Amino acid sequence: MIEFLIRRVIYAMPIMLGVALVCFALVHLAPGDPLVSILPPDASQELQQKLRALYGFDRSYPEQFVSWIARALQGDLGVSIATSRPVLDEVLKAVGNTLRLAALATLIGFILGSLFGFVAGYFQNSWVDKLASLTAVLGVSVPHYWLGMVMVIVFSSQLMWLPASGAGPSGSDLWQWNWEHIQHMVLPALTMSVIPMGIISRTVRALVADILAQEFVMGLRAKGLTDLGILAHVVKNAAPTALAVMGLQLGYLLGGSILIETVFAWPGTGFLLNSAIFQRDLPLLQGTILVLAMFFVVLNMLVDMVQTLLDPRIARG
Amino acid sequence: MKRMIPSSQWANKGLQLVLAVAAVGATTMQPSHAQEKVLRIAMTAADIPRTLGQPDQGFEGNRFTGIPMYDALTHWDLSSADKASVLIPGLATSWSVNANDKTKWTFKLRSGVKFHDGSPFNADAVVWNVQKVLDKDAVHFDASQVGVTASRMPTLRSARKIDDLTVELTTSEPDSFLPLNLTNLFMASPSHWQKKFDAAQGATPADKSKLAWTAFASDAAGSGPFKMARFVPRERLELVANKDYWDAKRRPKVDRVVMLPMPEANSRTAALLSGQVDWIEAPAPDAMAQIRQRGFSIYSNPQPHVWPWQLSFAPGSPWLNKDVRHAANLCVDREGLRTLLGGMMGVPKGTVPPGHPWWGNPKFDIRYDVKEAQALMQKAGFSASKPLKAKVQISASGSGQMQPLPMNEFVQQSLKACHFDIEFDVIEWNTLFTNWRQGAKDASARGAHAINVSFAAMDPFFAMVRFTSTKTFPPVSNNWGYFGNDEFDKLIADARSTFDDRGRDAALAKLHARIVEEAPFIWIAHDVGPRAMSAKVKGVVQPRSWFIDIAPMSID
Repeated sequence: MIEFLIRRVIYAMPIMLGVALVCFALVHLAPGDPLVSILPPDASQELQQKLRALYGFDRSYPEQFVSWIARALQGDLGVSIATSRPVLDEVLKAVGNTLRLAALATLIGFILGSLFGFVAGYFQNSWVDKLASLTAVLGVSVPHYWLGMVMVIVFSSQLMWLPASGAGPSGSDLWQWNWEHIQHMVLPALTMSVIPMGIISRTVRALVADILAQEFVMGLRAKGLTDLGILAHVVKNAAPTALAVMGLQLGYLLGGSILIETVFAWPGTGFLLNSAIFQRDLPLLQGTILVLAMFFVVLNMLVDMVQTLLDPRIARG
Repeated sequence: MKRMIPSSQWANKGLQLVLAVAAVGATTMQPSHAQEKVLRIAMTAADIPRTLGQPDQGFEGNRFTGIPMYDALTHWDLSSADKASVLIPGLATSWSVNANDKTKWTFKLRSGVKFHDGSPFNADAVVWNVQKVLDKDAVHFDASQVGVTASRMPTLRSARKIDDLTVELTTSEPDSFLPLNLTNLFMASPSHWQKKFDAAQGATPADKSKLAWTAFASDAAGSGPFKMARFVPRERLELVANKDYWDAKRRPKVDRVVMLPMPEANSRTAALLSGQVDWIEAPAPDAMAQIRQRGFSIYSNPQPHVWPWQLSFAPGSPWLNKDVRHAANLCVDREGLRTLLGGMMGVPKGTVPPGHPWWGNPKFDIRYDVKEAQALMQKAGFSASKPLKAKVQISASGSGQMQPLPMNEFVQQSLKACHFDIEFDVIEWNTLFTNWRQGAKDASARGAHAINVSFAAMDPFFAMVRFTSTKTFPPVSNNWGYFGNDEFDKLIADARSTFDDRGRDAALAKLHARIVEEAPFIWIAHDVGPRAMSAKVKGVVQPRSWFIDIAPMSID
């Protein structure tokens, strides 16, 4: 097990470096001027050059990359061009807000997804299956920003039951786990949970249907095991694959959603990325993408480890 | 097989629980600070504009974190919805240019003004604030504030204290526009910054200075009618009334202003309709009727925000013929366009409207006259069977661009009636914005004969000079189309070197009249800056400006 873990960590290192390189290249290849947020259109050539030098954009790309990665390894992601605030502070705060939202979305998505999937798989081809499958298909098909807007129109503009946007009545830094604050999360979390709910539901349905058709289940029935006992076996066999899918979905949720967070003005990583893209704030863009990519890498490692614990054959393989 | 799903009774109970939770939510959605008079504003910006004195995010920044929190030496008069917004004294009570050396200006400062931290405003503060963006050797020089400031005061070079209430400003060349440009230089408190600097932990003075500015942005001190109370980056800015503000007419009537960044128009509209905010900038156009129906007020007024096609005068451009330029200006159905935009557009007669001090009675009347346009096109050798082909670079969205796709398509159809065959090159907004500096002859123009970038026309340089001077050809500034000649250079020089306000405005009026007559633009629309507010917000004056004064507003 220890050897497996060490191997996974070693494998992750070149991935991390590759991610950093791709991230740097992508933001520099995109059109637009990195100083657009602080440089008005009529700025003279002299002023443009002066600021370019002051921000280090006059150096070659390899020089900029090496300098950035060297600082990043020491935990310094630079400062935002638009706000002059440290990128790491901005990203960590946004990650905290996205995690909070993702936690609720995960809870809703995973519980409903597993429930619908299990029910649909267990009662294959019944109306229950069709209803659960329809819900799952709608979940993955409906554009979630559209769903978000519809929910805002219904629950905020018309019924005035829930707030339309924001992360609490006084901002996310004064967050408390009470209804006054949680109500701000309800609509974005519901919207965010729809896709993972659909994907997990479909995955679990297929797994349950597959496992139920296997001979060992018939054997268990022949031995007189109750439905509850059989259910336990089905869950245990479906868990590793379902967990892998859930891990990926959790990664997506932790990465935030540009569209959902923008629609609900939720100050998470998606909102931060949106702002960084529109302002061509390269240090902020690079830093945010890097941190999110690292999340995926670490999360995949964790999922692999949990899978190994559940099914030791994976480690041996 | 046993059913393993909840019974219908459970489902009913679940539904009851959801409704109960929702009902609790509805009852707890009360505005905070009920005891205070709080005005809540949803901005279009995706982030709070910078709060340290020189805002970013274009003029929305000046509107929300500049003018409310800070003063400049000169101000725009924002007290009238009917008259053009003109220059008035701010922290300077008067100013004059040196009779012998027209690059030196003397500004007399207002006495008794205090910054929000209690320190006095004086000549030292002016010198310090000029240094923060122009003097690279000053410890408080901040590169991040240079871009948004220096180019708006292109000729200002330095400041010198004469006495506590008198300061001398020096320009690189005689420039009568300086007092107008100075509306963009907001005065931050030097002593408050110094406290941040002293407390900063940095290896070098430059490091400490950067940290001091970051700390200052979170706890700023200007001298404006509102003081900074709370700042949550990217989420909210809270300002409280400065009850000791020096201008009694602008002492705030609300206790607190909360500003929230909401870049998405539908989200802003929903926030207004759900009672989460009292004021939204730029409501979703298709929600205007619903907003009115629900009892909210919509304010709009043509503002110095020009939405044109800027034409190319590069060799081979189809716009080199003045008749063609006039024909295009006569062929745009602007009233039809206004209908398309639900009335949220001003019909232009030039860069500034009639009645403006810089109007100048041009001989060419911009109107909708298809017959005359067709006649001009025939004279120029074009017809239905031989249309004029032109390519225009446009964006699909962008700050200040209104609704570029439907608007441009409308103009394209409109021009078709006068034998114009227009092709669009639609590119991403920031790329278009960058191309604007490169010019029509650059590869980035991709052979375009016009570009659609809206612009601010608050001061003469922004409104006219940068588009008509041979000194502002790309890449120096935004004369994308290379329009200019000796006549225009002289008109600009005359305006720049006329130092009494009336004479300067008369010279600018001559310049404006000649610009309209020569038509280096197709003037299509003026933005009207629509904003929607709750009926309980009173005392709203929407001036003919990019800006609006929050101070005189009250809330029931």
